[in-house]
Amino acid sequence: MIEGFAAALPANAWNWVAVWRRNYLAWKKVALVSILGNLADPMIYLFGLGTGLGIMVGHVDGASYIAFLAAGMVAVSAMTASTLETLYAAFARMHSQRTWEAMLYTHVTLGDIVLGELAWAATKAFLAGTAITIVTVMLGYAAWPSVLYALPIIALTGCAFASLAMIVTALSPSYDYFVFYQTLVLTPMLFLSGAVFPLNQLPDAFQKIARCMPLSHSIDLIRPVMLDRPIAGIALHIGVLGLYALLPFFLSMALLRRRLMR
Amino acid sequence: MLNGNLGPEDLRQLETGPIERKSHGQTSAKSSVPDSLSTVAVDFAGVTKSYGNKVVVDELSFSVASGECFGLLGPNGAGKSTIARMLLGMTSPDAGTITVLGVPVPARARLARRGIGVVPQFDNLDQEFTVRENLLVFGRYFGMSTRQSEAVIPSLLEFARLERKADARVSELSGGMKRCLTMARALINDPQLIVMDEPTTGLDPHARHLIWERLRALLARGKTIILTTHFMEEAERLCDRLCVLEKGRYIAEGRPQALIDEHIGCQVMEIYGGDPHELHSLVKPHSQRIEVSGETLYCYAPDPDQVRAQLQGRAGLRLLLRPANLEDVFLRLTGREMEE
Repeated sequence: MIEGFAAALPANAWNWVAVWRRNYLAWKKVALVSILGNLADPMIYLFGLGTGLGIMVGHVDGASYIAFLAAGMVAVSAMTASTLETLYAAFARMHSQRTWEAMLYTHVTLGDIVLGELAWAATKAFLAGTAITIVTVMLGYAAWPSVLYALPIIALTGCAFASLAMIVTALSPSYDYFVFYQTLVLTPMLFLSGAVFPLNQLPDAFQKIARCMPLSHSIDLIRPVMLDRPIAGIALHIGVLGLYALLPFFLSMALLRRRLMR
Repeated sequence: MLNGNLGPEDLRQLETGPIERKSHGQTSAKSSVPDSLSTVAVDFAGVTKSYGNKVVVDELSFSVASGECFGLLGPNGAGKSTIARMLLGMTSPDAGTITVLGVPVPARARLARRGIGVVPQFDNLDQEFTVRENLLVFGRYFGMSTRQSEAVIPSLLEFARLERKADARVSELSGGMKRCLTMARALINDPQLIVMDEPTTGLDPHARHLIWERLRALLARGKTIILTTHFMEEAERLCDRLCVLEKGRYIAEGRPQALIDEHIGCQVMEIYGGDPHELHSLVKPHSQRIEVSGETLYCYAPDPDQVRAQLQGRAGLRLLLRPANLEDVFLRLTGREMEE
């Protein structure tokens, strides 16, 4: 059992790149459509909520509401992009297209595949988050150049949510189950993580829950750098996101080994 | 976390195999010349695999020599695909040992896979990629650089007869072309052993004959092939040796013609167009064995003329005399509505 799990681990530090490059080649063929698709949703939220609610709310924590919301939407776009890639696209490659099966005939191990898929999902999250960041900078809602620090955080956020979604992918019998994860986990997280309104107005219990969620740690890092303010507890936030990236990676790999290599 | 890379020791093991090395009594990689005909490519010893209470492979033992085409023959659910998966280290046996190209599997399956090419039952090509891109991407999974892959792609395209389709998308190819591309893809790492799971299932006759011809070309190059099929004609045509499976156990093994001679040993007359039970009693005295399947009577007759004489003058009967084939062996061994 232990020996079998060891054989499924990534074979070395670079094997996963072949898997990433396969996905990159496929994406290149539809890149424009894909970027527009990833950009549209958070943009609509940003301008819809930002201008609509912004008129009523005015300022939050000393920033205009739309600037406050912008940081939330950057984090949410990274979350959504990597989650959707891992749930739907990676599941298709594992299940209906049998792409993973073909990879397993080769020098690539299951761990390499999972790592390559996660890195790819994080790449897409990085692209989506960066695209929105650029728009907010151009519109003057984010501070230059401190906003540049947001980029690695966007990538880390992508890793954490890709890793979490891989567990769902590993457990789901079909596409139909993904909607539970989206509506029962991600949507509540969106409201409990300070993306659209500040957390300090919430009851204490909800604030405690929020502390456990990866999205709130991501926003706690992205918002200060976008508004050019000092960040509190950098190590804690990065540590939590790192754990969310690492632990589900091993768990999902064990689950996938049981599913695919039984 | 890391399994490490292949050392020179690993490579030598792959090239020569332990059996051959023992017989030469040499340990130096350079001085031992691989003699592919005398080596064992694949060895299964007492391999058992079950899922829950269902035993899928039951104490199976066989071995395949280098350069041989070995068939695993059996109906759906006989365990053929599970055997292929175990051979690749994609699933572990519950008991028994598997050695592939001199390497224990699944323990060192990744090393063994360096010398294996796989043609799966279901196409898993990248549909949105072109023919060339499919080969390039697959080469990367073996750690081949773009330049290394591009050096072998022209010969692979030629082998697959896809030279003029190099830049066509897979979704534009016919079923036969896709299967040819899958074969070409399996050859990108220049494997010694090729595992083919139902290679011609679902193909039209033209494509099937092309695949068979390509398979022969591979055998002529000295490749070892393990072929799973439920298609008797395919097994009879291609396999040097085969193993007939039923419910994960092997029930016969040998060369196709030897199996036919051993289990049937005479010509077969198919009789249809009458009441099979009435005909049965009529021809019984002149037959070695009689089987009834549906409305057809299979009469294994050492002297077919006697049977023919017996049936003379009966209107509406159709007789077909043909040599016995593997399907007769298979049906005899696995049993249909058998009447002796």
